[in-house]
Amino acid sequence: MKGMTIIVKKVSEILCGVIFLYGIYIVLHGHLTPGGGFAGGVIIAGAFILLIIANGSEKVSLKRKETGTSFTESGAILAFLAVAASGMVVGTVGLFFKNYLPKGHIGRLLSAGFIPVYNIVVGIEVSAALITVFLAFVIFREEVLK
Amino acid sequence: MLLVILVLMIGGAIFSLEARDLLSAVVAYGIVGFGLVICFLILQAPDLALVQIVVETITLIIMVAVILNSTRKELGVKWASKTVAYIVGSFVFLILFMYFFEKVTSVLSVFGEHLLRMSEAYIEPGAKDTGSANLVTGVIFDYRGYDTLGEATVLFTAVMGVLTVMRLKGRKEE
Repeated sequence: MKGMTIIVKKVSEILCGVIFLYGIYIVLHGHLTPGGGFAGGVIIAGAFILLIIANGSEKVSLKRKETGTSFTESGAILAFLAVAASGMVVGTVGLFFKNYLPKGHIGRLLSAGFIPVYNIVVGIEVSAALITVFLAFVIFREEVLK
Repeated sequence: MLLVILVLMIGGAIFSLEARDLLSAVVAYGIVGFGLVICFLILQAPDLALVQIVVETITLIIMVAVILNSTRKELGVKWASKTVAYIVGSFVFLILFMYFFEKVTSVLSVFGEHLLRMSEAYIEPGAKDTGSANLVTGVIFDYRGYDTLGEATVLFTAVMGVLTVMRLKGRKEE
């Protein structure tokens, strides 16, 4: 995929960092404000997709093919399972998805026990999944055109 | 207000089926997605609206990119009398459906005013049980944790499927 004109490149360079930060904000504040892992993950993936569309696929290093993002995605879903399964070990009554961390004050950033952790893991999973699908379309198409 | 947007969405969907040009079909399809965003906002579901607006924008960009790469030929299809009959039939069904839908739902209580006993059990102690100020997140990661795990697994499986189907050349032996 080829890049676009210099105007698009410059604007996307400025914007994609801001979009990335906004996605992280949405993920971290998932238990306080509307949003969460799914919405924030899609926004983070959007920042990367914007960068790739504007600059062409050569700018982002695609040497390792799709395995990088695919590995991140698989790792994130394994981490989700591990965090959920850790509730089975802790305490006298073990339960899958047990929220054994202290709850804290409602409304603080560090509260709600494991919910922020689940949000972060799901955010990584969703963003990596979307980038993987997008890269699959870009890379496999270039492979065919060669 | 909601009804106007719904009618606009139905119109956009029908136009995107009937459009001669693929690009205008995709743009008309965008009406459906962004109309859904406004619907979610009117129904006071900002979480869903956030996801929907981002997903809709990304899908629209990808679809436009795909169409600009394709041939985008117009089809010289003539309208047979059968097609006209189908369209008229669909419109009659649609009008009847809307009429009876309005009649049935006007008996029910207004959306969001009456709480079920089931949802009261989540809303009242929700913040205290989960410690999360956002009740939606509290429900999807605490009360309905298995649901979320299933959703994440579905996404994972979908990506595996895309990678398997899209890979036209085999992986090279190293």
